Amino acid sequence: MKLSYIMLFAVVGLYTIQAQAESPQEKGLQIATEADRRDQGFGDSIATMQMVLRNKRGDESRREVRVRTLEVDNDGDKSMSVFDAPGDVKGTAFLTFSHINKPDDQWIYLPALKRVKRIASKNKSGPFMGSEFAYEDISSDEVDKYTYKFLRDAVWEGMDCFVVERDPIDENSGYTRQVVWYDKVEYRPQKVDYYDRKSELLKTLVFHEYRQYLGKYWRAMRYEMVNHQTGKSTTLSWKKYAFRNGLTDRDFDKNTLKRQR
Amino acid sequence: MGKSYGEWLARWRYLVLLFVIAMVAAAATGVQYLTFKTDYRVFFSADNPQLQAFEQLQNTYTKSDNVLFVLAPKDGNVFTKETLSSIISLTKAGWQIPYSIRVDSITNYQHTEADGDNLVVGDLVPDADQLDDAALARIRDIATHDPLLVNWLISPDGRATGVNVTVQLPDPEQQTGKEISRVTAFARNLVDKLQASNPDLDVYLTGMVIMNNTFPEISIRDQQTLVPIMFAVVVITLILLLRSFTATVVTFLVIVCSVFTALGLAGGLGIALTPPSASSPTIILTLAVADCVHILVSFLHSMRHGLDKTSAMVDSLRINLQPVFLTSLTTAIGFLSMNFSDAPPFRDLGNIVAMGVVAAFFIAITLLPALMLILPVRVKPGATRHSRYMDRFAEFVVERRNFLFYGLGFIVVVLVIFIPRNELNDEFIKYFDHSVDFRNATDFSSANLTGIYTIDYSLSSGESGGISEPAFLKRVEAFADWYETQPEVLHVNTLTDIMKRLNMNMHADDPAWYRLPRQRNLAAQYLLLYEMSLPYGLDLNNQIDVDKSATRLTVTVKNISSNEMLALEHRAQAWLRTNAPEMRADGASPSVMFAHIGYRNIRSMLTGTSVALVLISLILVIALRSVKIGLVSLIPNLAPAAMGFGLWGLLVGEVGLGLSVVTGMTLGIVVDDTVHFLSKYLRARREQHLTPPDAVRYAFSTVGTALWVTSLVLIAGFSVLTLSPFKLNSDMGLLTAITIAFALVADFLFLPPLLMKVDK
Repeated sequence: MKLSYIMLFAVVGLYTIQAQAESPQEKGLQIATEADRRDQGFGDSIATMQMVLRNKRGDESRREVRVRTLEVDNDGDKSMSVFDAPGDVKGTAFLTFSHINKPDDQWIYLPALKRVKRIASKNKSGPFMGSEFAYEDISSDEVDKYTYKFLRDAVWEGMDCFVVERDPIDENSGYTRQVVWYDKVEYRPQKVDYYDRKSELLKTLVFHEYRQYLGKYWRAMRYEMVNHQTGKSTTLSWKKYAFRNGLTDRDFDKNTLKRQR
Repeated sequence: MGKSYGEWLARWRYLVLLFVIAMVAAAATGVQYLTFKTDYRVFFSADNPQLQAFEQLQNTYTKSDNVLFVLAPKDGNVFTKETLSSIISLTKAGWQIPYSIRVDSITNYQHTEADGDNLVVGDLVPDADQLDDAALARIRDIATHDPLLVNWLISPDGRATGVNVTVQLPDPEQQTGKEISRVTAFARNLVDKLQASNPDLDVYLTGMVIMNNTFPEISIRDQQTLVPIMFAVVVITLILLLRSFTATVVTFLVIVCSVFTALGLAGGLGIALTPPSASSPTIILTLAVADCVHILVSFLHSMRHGLDKTSAMVDSLRINLQPVFLTSLTTAIGFLSMNFSDAPPFRDLGNIVAMGVVAAFFIAITLLPALMLILPVRVKPGATRHSRYMDRFAEFVVERRNFLFYGLGFIVVVLVIFIPRNELNDEFIKYFDHSVDFRNATDFSSANLTGIYTIDYSLSSGESGGISEPAFLKRVEAFADWYETQPEVLHVNTLTDIMKRLNMNMHADDPAWYRLPRQRNLAAQYLLLYEMSLPYGLDLNNQIDVDKSATRLTVTVKNISSNEMLALEHRAQAWLRTNAPEMRADGASPSVMFAHIGYRNIRSMLTGTSVALVLISLILVIALRSVKIGLVSLIPNLAPAAMGFGLWGLLVGEVGLGLSVVTGMTLGIVVDDTVHFLSKYLRARREQHLTPPDAVRYAFSTVGTALWVTSLVLIAGFSVLTLSPFKLNSDMGLLTAITIAFALVADFLFLPPLLMKVDK
């Protein structure tokens, strides 16, 4: 018995020493990996997204998009976005194969032109439909897209959080770094600060109203993005989340783009 | 009253001295709070309609200022590997400029083209190292033919190019005042680095940020050069005139105390300095001299005639207290009339100077006599040369009064005829002379690349998403086309050019499809696709509103005068009313704001000047106790400004913001001479019962010297302002100096004959 206690202490002690020896980079990566791990296996999802854009004067504008996502192992997810509003872009559909180390593949179907076009662009840092979200802010979060550094522990909205800096690897990113608050209980991102190319705070994204699906997967129902430099803001609301709809690669084929309604 | 005050002061001179020094010191502590304003917007009041229109436009799109790097390779060709790679590195470095939100250059220009069923969107020149001659020729061809680039970021001949950095400064409430200088310092450093790495490149720095930064730079330069010159002028004049070391030193002290009191009060009140208000020390310095001179001339005169020091001072205060009070009051009113100006920097200037004038009055009747009584004063007895000259001069005026009256009357009429020759112009670039880098860089840019004057329109379709409506796009295109044909216009930035290009790209780059899409859905979907393909910072948010209901059209014009600018906008409004009344919008921009400011100020200053005139005339009537003489005095008080503007019309012919305040301001100053002359004249008439000619002789012999000396100091003081590199200051200084010179002529040569005609 005594020996096993000693063993236990030794193990705990070693573990602690190891934990202390863990560099901030390792710890940051470990947190991001854990967050990613907890979201694995959701299969596919369907949801409706509503965006409300606001300028400095307080003028508002709305957009509505249906989004389908298919989980892909060892690479970025596939997604299909179909616009419902405003009316003049209704039926416009985007198909994206996001990748970790190379530019995403993107196709667009323009109903007015009745043609599918491939977008050959390295840019994914521009505003998504004129909003304060860049395409890269809402495309799938893959661990390997960034390098990490654990910064500190902090409390956010009453939750104990890890504060982790992540630096985009893609040189076409609009950011030098992002600082993410993950709550320690569920490893959900609660808040992200985006720093622009001159390393100044550009935007802050706060996640609201997390809901759990399938007893496991957490999704925030509302994203609030504020641009500190221009005073513009965007609210993103998610509705009608549905998981495991039996979607397959065939639903994410460029030939299916035209058939989206 | 004057006598008992002099005796009281003589008794308590030490206490008075201590008290005044303590008060001045207390007021002067405010100097530490003085700051410089670094924003051209300070020239506009919050309720200025053109400012409001521009602010509204900026709040709808993006509120921003810019830094423009103009690059001209010495070999005359932008499209070489070396120059293009310099542009790429400058573009990249541009993102590091503090508060930058957007960098535009020919290399990061988002060029679109079709490649089979692919739409390729990307930097026009992603990398310069690999380019061969064919690739360089292709880039040149694209850049010099793209309507979005030509005459904006590339000259049609490919000799000059621009890198434009858009900066978004914090809201004014959150600014610390260091933002502009940080941005400028960073940009200048980039220029130095660029020229070090590529010596074959000429680089010029312009844009609204650089202009804003120039304001405090020239204000500080003015303080460092003009104020010392002015001090030198004053000291030399005083030594020559007073021929008393003590009197000179004491006067010097009075003016220093007055300037510090005014600046300290300004700082304490939170007034921030701008180039116009930064000229206040020079003006106060000049005005403060007059008070001292009047008191000291009488004082020294009495001492030279054998009076003891205390009696001489008591006598001087008795004679001068009232006129010095009156002239200070009228001068302060003249400067306070600037509060009617639509441009806050001139209100500040008026208020600071008015405070300085009031301070100078109190200091001149307390500190000055107290110190003169304390310090040793030595004078040589005997009459002064000046008064003998003055007596001879008085004889001349009395004898030739008819000739002078009609001769001068004729000259006044002739000069007045030339007043309408003055044309209003406020080209803000020309506010700076050629000793200012910003002016030279901007002139270079205007001559070789693009202009700094713009007119912006927020064209509204009236419905959400309406910018994609073909009918609306057609109207916008027609408006842009109309503008393109105007001779003053260099460049028109319009969404329709992007639409046409995308339509062509979507049809396999077939030039026949370089036209607007014909269905709303198609246009909206192009826009969606295009927006998805743009990189960080190069989005369309600066030219499309959040609701996609309105678009911003920006016209860049050549260096044209305010009137030409207003005429162009007027024609544009006429076009809009005829062809597209439903999307009519007023043009808004800094250029439009400055184009209107001259008219607005002249109108507001007419009111201000009238109020000052009425007040000052009332004061004269009351002080001189004669309605008739008070009204007669209006002529020599008003004629100088009219003559000044007439001469200006004859010689220069261009007036602006800086001159709109001159009439009100000079009124308060020129009236001083009239007050001094008339008060002596009336004293002679009433107390000594002299005839008008003898009263004129008496007035000349008592105040003649003081008048021409103070006028000379004032003329010198305002002439010193003409050395300022800032046109608003130098023009104001010159016209004020001219007006004061005319006032001296009017008071010496016209007022006496007028009195002898009227007063019988």
